[in-house]
Amino acid sequence: MSESRLIVPARYDRIKQICSFVVDAANVAGLDESSTFQCQIAVDEACTNIIEHGYEGEDKGRIEVICNALPTVLKIELLDQAPPFDLDKVPEPELGAPLEDMKIGGLGIYFMKKMMDDVSFSRENGTNKLSLLKRRAG
Amino acid sequence: MDISTQEVKRVSVMTVKGRVDSSTAPDLENALKQLVEGDKTQIVLDLKDVEYMSSAGLRAMVSTLKSVKRINGDLRLCAPSPRVHEVLRLAGLTSIFNIYPGQDEAVNSF
Repeated sequence: MSESRLIVPARYDRIKQICSFVVDAANVAGLDESSTFQCQIAVDEACTNIIEHGYEGEDKGRIEVICNALPTVLKIELLDQAPPFDLDKVPEPELGAPLEDMKIGGLGIYFMKKMMDDVSFSRENGTNKLSLLKRRAG
Repeated sequence: MDISTQEVKRVSVMTVKGRVDSSTAPDLENALKQLVEGDKTQIVLDLKDVEYMSSAGLRAMVSTLKSVKRINGDLRLCAPSPRVHEVLRLAGLTSIFNIYPGQDEAVNSF
């Protein structure tokens, strides 16, 4: 098992660095290009939600990323100290709605759930933990 | 992310290169908004060199599409990579946007 850890200020311009960190871990876990891209999208959307809806703005806290590259699985944990956030209370986007009625909000969580094999959320001692799991294809 | 715009046969072609994420999507949305405010309503967004796009980029494109459709214009896409196409498809946007394989086809569709 290979564990790596990154802590950055919760800012949009740090998402690229977080994605790059996750790509390195995905390579260690032997994920293919498609799965690696999906991990990037899921982590990007999660961090965007933490900044936008959790901290409600940039530079209000930090995001800690822990990647565990297991033989056939990449486990990614995102930790933040924003107020609690219930993933299941976010309505799913209305895909297929006419353009004028289309709301793109909620798409981030939808992407996370679609692109990862498992998504779970917990809160302990004032810290939110979002766990994302991606299994190696094949 | 880099953005450049040129006029081709009365169509505004905006070429985007690099990553479109929460950090860069506002720049894309502003660039598109400036076109629309400058009465450029026939727009092609060339995605050939976009290596990555999150929902923030989709939001910028949908917002612009709504604006131009109200004034009888259109925002058409061309050459998305397989990864960007996957994001568009998952978001249900492949039936909302007209998407063309190349820039010439997109420009000539107007």
